[in-house]
Amino acid sequence: MIAFYALAVVLIASAIFTVTQKSPVYSVVGLLVNFITLAALYFTLDAEFLGVIQIVVYSGAILMLFVFVIALLSSGIGPFSEGPNRLPRIALPALLATLASFGFLAFGLLHAPLAPIPAHASASTLGAVGNANVFGSVGDFGVALFTVQLLPFEVTAFVLMVAVIGVVLIAGDAAPQQTLGTHPAKRRARERESIVKVLK
Amino acid sequence: MSVDLANYVALSGVMFFVGVAGVIVRRNPLIMLMAIELMFNAANLALVAFARAWVANAGHVFVFLVITVAAAEAAIGLAIVVAVFRRAKNVDVDEVASMHG
Repeated sequence: MIAFYALAVVLIASAIFTVTQKSPVYSVVGLLVNFITLAALYFTLDAEFLGVIQIVVYSGAILMLFVFVIALLSSGIGPFSEGPNRLPRIALPALLATLASFGFLAFGLLHAPLAPIPAHASASTLGAVGNANVFGSVGDFGVALFTVQLLPFEVTAFVLMVAVIGVVLIAGDAAPQQTLGTHPAKRRARERESIVKVLK
Repeated sequence: MSVDLANYVALSGVMFFVGVAGVIVRRNPLIMLMAIELMFNAANLALVAFARAWVANAGHVFVFLVITVAAAEAAIGLAIVVAVFRRAKNVDVDEVASMHG
């Protein structure tokens, strides 16, 4: 109970810190705290495997991607140039939309039959990793993923493949630099253009 | 010792709206992408809480799918930021308006 409220305070504070910082690097730090707190909340909800991959995938992979892009864009060019502030223009509609959304949320929470979370007997205190009978363990998740829920697993593979192809097409070497000999970079650019043409 | 499901859903909702506010208010596309990640994670928290309440691990599998989609979205979004920055030397989303329909 106390753990939940402490984690909730840290979660909301780090989320607000993330969206209010001026520099993206500070935002990344706030987001890191947010993700680790969220992983702890997953552990309180008996989702051990998801807590671990939350840390590995989000804190390890996605945040590193953000850090690398920030470093790439900031190197030698100075801070980002920004246009005029659009906040005054959109403050009122944004406030109204937020209040309406909060109203819907409060209405839904007050009227939905949300029961207290029941304790379940199979929770093990000795570490459930690998035991297929314990809810949220690696074994439990793996058995579900490869038997009943096989379609989401396949969709995951497809989504990752599309992302890889898209990233190479969008951010590949658009302006290939001159090289000696057979110009492999130009050849790569030509090949990519032919792929785009086929996809069109 | 047990916490109500409504607490988790309310926490998830508050975090989601922090992300929405970030996307609406901020102009730096990197911070906007981070706010989108916040929204993904708020949805994940609600899914994990509901999965725990009904002791059904289909919710866990769906959180796995959402994490994958979030990773793909972050990769493609950052690639677009890099491509736009190469062209325009500018990453303000209001300035990059040449694709107005």
